Amino acid sequence: MAKIQGAVTVNEERCKGCDLCVVACPCDVLALQPKEVNNRGYHFAYMARPERCTGCTSCAMVCPDACIEVYRVKVE
Amino acid sequence: MELNEIIRPENKVYAKPRLMNSNHMHYCPGCSHGVVHKLVAEVLEEMGQEETAIGITPVGCAVFAYNYIDIDWIEAAHGRAPAIASAVKRLQPDKLVFTYQGDGDLAAIGTAETIHAANRGENIAIIFINNAIYGMTGGQMAPTTLLGQKTATTPYGRRVDLNGYPLSIAPILAGLDGTCYVTRQSVHTPAAVRKAKAAIRKAFENSLAGRGCSLVEVVSTCNSGWKLSPAEANRWMIENMFPKYPLGDLKNV
Repeated sequence: MAKIQGAVTVNEERCKGCDLCVVACPCDVLALQPKEVNNRGYHFAYMARPERCTGCTSCAMVCPDACIEVYRVKVE
Repeated sequence: MELNEIIRPENKVYAKPRLMNSNHMHYCPGCSHGVVHKLVAEVLEEMGQEETAIGITPVGCAVFAYNYIDIDWIEAAHGRAPAIASAVKRLQPDKLVFTYQGDGDLAAIGTAETIHAANRGENIAIIFINNAIYGMTGGQMAPTTLLGQKTATTPYGRRVDLNGYPLSIAPILAGLDGTCYVTRQSVHTPAAVRKAKAAIRKAFENSLAGRGCSLVEVVSTCNSGWKLSPAEANRWMIENMFPKYPLGDLKNV
């Protein structure tokens, strides 16, 4: 069976670190940067466990600032 | 497979809608307004109505909506968005006319305009963000504030004897003959976001087709006003807001 692999990119300057994508992710992929901040001082989201991502777009859908782009491929 | 092999334009399945520009939104982190803005932009893009859509912005947190979505907008006086929308739609019947209002705008100062525009059956869509608080001015009690809910002006919780009962606008509008579609949605989970998007699309289609007034109430969070984190605010909304403001279609004709 073909496996689906996904990845997301976060617009780090636009992200406000609200944590909603982290809560919405069913595969526990995302996390907020523990120390690093963007220009506005927010701990932005990043892919902490990229190998688990399925590209389901849940994170991007609940993101209030539309800063997540989702990519998905089928691996044969 | 490496990340840089996945992150390629041909594999993209979700991105910021084209109509939403790159201005940094002034909303607090985790505010439901951002999600609804995104849905409006997505729906207009999918319907191909970016040239014919005219939005009316309220006074309240969403007052700067015109800065974020690249369509035509009019800024209305406080609460008067449905009246302006009525005029726009009557003068330009082929346009998609919608208002975007919060509960302080629609359910408090603008109750008369809202009810009469709906009762006249104006062919407009009303998007109503109900977060049970005045967010922009610092979290004061709104008509929609729940009993017992603490706000800046009800520090011990809203009391019936002093402040009256919370006002539920959607059932009032559903009882009027001029409305064709009244629904209550939320945007706290991906599934709810999909449903809210379908509801907004239906309301916009009703406006274009001239079927009457549509109301899409979005039960939302105001994590700054509620003094909770965004994730906690979503949980608080599920526990406290949904029993008073249950989700679903109230009217669909």
